[in-house]
Amino acid sequence: MTDTLTPVLTDNWDAERAWTLASYEERGGYAALDKAFAMAPDDVINAVKESGLRGRGGAGFPTGMKWGFIPQDNPKPKYLVVNADESEPGTCKDIPLMMASPHTLVEGVIVSSYAIRANTAFIYVRGEVLHVIRRLQRAVQEAYLAGHLGKNIHGSGYDLDLIVHAGAGAYICGEETALLEGLEGRRGQPRLRPPFPAVAGLYASPTVINNVESIASVPSIIVNGPGWFAGMGTEKSNGFGIFSLSGHVKNPGQYEAPLGITLRELIDLAGGMREGHELKFWTPGGSSTPLLTPEHLDVPLDFESVGAAGSMLGTRALQLFDETTCVVRAVLRWTEFYKHESCGKCTPCREGTWWLTQTMARLEKGQGSESDLDLLLDQCDNILGRAFCALGDGATSPISSSIQHFREEYLAHLTHGGCPFDPAASTAFAPVGATA
Amino acid sequence: MSTESNGAPSLERAGLDEKTWTELREIAARYPQARSGLLPMLHLTQSVQGRITPEAIEACAEVLGISAAEVNGVATFYTMYKRKPVGDYHVGVCTNTLCAVMGGDLIFERLKEHLDVGNDETTADGKITLEHVECNAACDYAPVMMVNWEFMDNQTPESAVQVVDDLRAGHEVHSTRGPRLCTWREAERVLAGFPDDRADEGPAAGPASLAGLKIAREKGWTAGTDSSKGESK
Repeated sequence: MTDTLTPVLTDNWDAERAWTLASYEERGGYAALDKAFAMAPDDVINAVKESGLRGRGGAGFPTGMKWGFIPQDNPKPKYLVVNADESEPGTCKDIPLMMASPHTLVEGVIVSSYAIRANTAFIYVRGEVLHVIRRLQRAVQEAYLAGHLGKNIHGSGYDLDLIVHAGAGAYICGEETALLEGLEGRRGQPRLRPPFPAVAGLYASPTVINNVESIASVPSIIVNGPGWFAGMGTEKSNGFGIFSLSGHVKNPGQYEAPLGITLRELIDLAGGMREGHELKFWTPGGSSTPLLTPEHLDVPLDFESVGAAGSMLGTRALQLFDETTCVVRAVLRWTEFYKHESCGKCTPCREGTWWLTQTMARLEKGQGSESDLDLLLDQCDNILGRAFCALGDGATSPISSSIQHFREEYLAHLTHGGCPFDPAASTAFAPVGATA
Repeated sequence: MSTESNGAPSLERAGLDEKTWTELREIAARYPQARSGLLPMLHLTQSVQGRITPEAIEACAEVLGISAAEVNGVATFYTMYKRKPVGDYHVGVCTNTLCAVMGGDLIFERLKEHLDVGNDETTADGKITLEHVECNAACDYAPVMMVNWEFMDNQTPESAVQVVDDLRAGHEVHSTRGPRLCTWREAERVLAGFPDDRADEGPAAGPASLAGLKIAREKGWTAGTDSSKGESK
């Protein structure tokens, strides 16, 4: 029986100076390198395939399969790019990982690059996290000095250069092809696919782009074996993941558990909802994943079950809101976010997010009419599946799901002539027992 | 100079000294293709000039051999690049949904009033630029404020006012789980890939980051490392 919480990636975060090479190596860090170098690169790919690791950045695509798509007969250089542009509202796992233990990621980069036969790798980290960037820069420097990076690593004959690249503020660069544009020094606008990055990615060369947590999981799979990893989690969602609880819960934070844990279990671990309040709505995996309600507390948090419940596991960014929160205000703010972050490349998203914001803002003020809900759903229908990338789809998720679950609350804004909630009651510094 | 062939002589041009020109080229040389250096190059010029100037646009274009219009297109796309001068401290209050609900909206309102500035404006003494920002990946510490892109966790309107007052008075302020705060220009230099000496300051993780680990330690829960353990899932 697997334990309720399974610290692997978070396991050294409480160590003294966990971010240093000395601390990391003391706990067996970089042991995956020699083990991987003793294997053929294809065998490393097969191990990751066997482990069942699926992308931890939201989409859940099998990592080993993605690596297998790299055409090794292509004479161009291969590249590994780590997507460290963590910006999905609610998502806050990669940033603390890179702050506490950047070497876990660096070790993962080396093993993964070896597997796909890349000699240059990049960590594209969002620019707005200065101290995380410092720790990454230092870790890479330490790894070079220790011979974990550079020429002929550990005498294996394998060479790897790793470049830490700071972004400059653009949610859209979390989309992998927009990220590549940013990394090529261009506006971060998504590319048409195909060709997929595996065939023509960075500099039109074969490129693997993986989330921080995916890459950071690789060393543990190599050291402990794919069976160990696959032994955790559920049938099709193997392994562990970091679940990030935020909002109206007593002890928000990072909880690393096998996939398939439920929100009810996680809230229990986190000490319950804040005193005197109850859960009203939540996101399973960031603002782009449709809202769920208390009726979904027992849904196993794995890719299949959350999908079957009408949402997506996404990044396991569990934002919890209690009954003091106005869902219309919450959704309007997310909608403004998508409008602000729309890159402007495609019409449905560029224009659609503006229309959504206007319609939402009117309803939030208690203006407009009930037919505006149909208008919103119609606007969503014109964006979903018609936008160039997933940003447009994501913008529709909070709106359509909130109308589905909380139609009455929208209407209450109309009858009340504005928002019936007191925003002060939902704050972290509200007096105990405050009600909306 | 070796750069004279593409029309780039002299020690100081475009308000950028020779050291900066050298560093711009250094950044471009880090990458398999020079243009990949553009984002950090723009960070570097901001660290020198306090904003993105038309001269810096020209300089980046020249180093990379692309048009100023192409550089301008990039500089206007990303929100961290500023066209107006930024104060010594860039204060960003998260007003994305979760932080807003948890108090970010009230913090932002209080700071606007206290500093007598609007969004994306700088105080008359040039110390503080206030802006509301999007989710900064610290939701478990909501409401969150960033100063020069360092975390100021679990803020209240009162604590936020204290932070900006201390900064304006020249007191040393620390990130709640990071180092002493540097200036915005110094921060931009780190983003350009020129590290400072503060990586070892601050803890590995804040309390919320350790919430699950603490319970696992108490209960003796682990992920096991022998593959037999997981077979009975």
